[in-house]
Amino acid sequence: MVKSVTSLGRSGLSDWLLQRVSALIMSAYLLFMVGFFVLNPSPSYEQWSGLHSSLAMRIFSLLTILSIAAHAWIGIWCVLTDYITVRLIGPKATPIRMFLQLAMIAVILFYVVWTLDILWGFN
Amino acid sequence: MLEVSIYRYNPEVDSEPYMQVFSYDTQGKDVMVLDVLEKLKAEDPTLVFRRSCREGVCGSDGVNISGKNGLACITPLSEVVKNNKLVIRPLPGLPVIRDLVIDMTQFYAQYEKIQPYLINNTPAPAIERLQSPEDRAKLDGLYECILCACCSTACPSFWWNPDKFIGPSGLLQAYRFLADSRDRGTEDRLANLDDPFSVFRCHGIMNCVQVCPKGLNPTKAIGHIRSMLLSSAT
Repeated sequence: MVKSVTSLGRSGLSDWLLQRVSALIMSAYLLFMVGFFVLNPSPSYEQWSGLHSSLAMRIFSLLTILSIAAHAWIGIWCVLTDYITVRLIGPKATPIRMFLQLAMIAVILFYVVWTLDILWGFN
Repeated sequence: MLEVSIYRYNPEVDSEPYMQVFSYDTQGKDVMVLDVLEKLKAEDPTLVFRRSCREGVCGSDGVNISGKNGLACITPLSEVVKNNKLVIRPLPGLPVIRDLVIDMTQFYAQYEKIQPYLINNTPAPAIERLQSPEDRAKLDGLYECILCACCSTACPSFWWNPDKFIGPSGLLQAYRFLADSRDRGTEDRLANLDDPFSVFRCHGIMNCVQVCPKGLNPTKAIGHIRSMLLSSAT
């Protein structure tokens, strides 16, 4: 058992499952958006804001940004733990990797909160 | 004449590794790569490599032959010689001790981690623990692994994290015991594998399947482990 505290789910299995489920949600959203733009090649402001004002659509968008966040977290975490390691670049790897991981998490959370703000408008 | 380029490194003498070019007269015969190495060693006794059974059973002579890992003793020249050139290097990713001999400590450490033995604390029966032919058949394609390390040293995930990722060979063995009807340690075994590295560093690129000299399929075994983890944890 290898310990990890900055991975998303702490467990390999939960990360693996999340990676797959989030991929499905993102694909569904992408297909939906492509479908929308095929049916409405140049949507008016009313159409576009109408689409995004329904609760179902907001939840769909929120699910998608959460999926992107989880997917990115798991994926980037994997890349960082593959390449930014003591084995490959020496003892300075640990602080660099930790910094990059925390920065990545901060950026992801920033985007999630920003999306919440866009979807539900706190201001 | 066949041009044979071999990785040479003797840490007591050389400041860094280099490739030494030998020539070898095949006399029109399609011999095994190990035969070439033996002949060249007879000419230059400082050339070092591991070998033992010379028939693909012991797994000692795993080397990187013209870019692909394999056992020198069962790899014929016709499969690996391109443009009359043969390039032999040690298996990649593990420290080189000398020439083609690598330090396999990390590889064995991963093997040890998966507890490669039956765990069964129930009282032993008078003769032996029996297994039905069907249960025995589940071990086919798993027990044949000879631990030559061709697969694990062909795996980028093992190159980057040989201390954390068990690697294809170890995982094939892990499944060999998970699949054994006589084993009672399934729960513990699975619990030890459910972290982001041990199993899940496998991204399914199947280099292991491509190089396995015994024709085994570690990627499939890893898929089975994942399914077992999934069914026990959901």
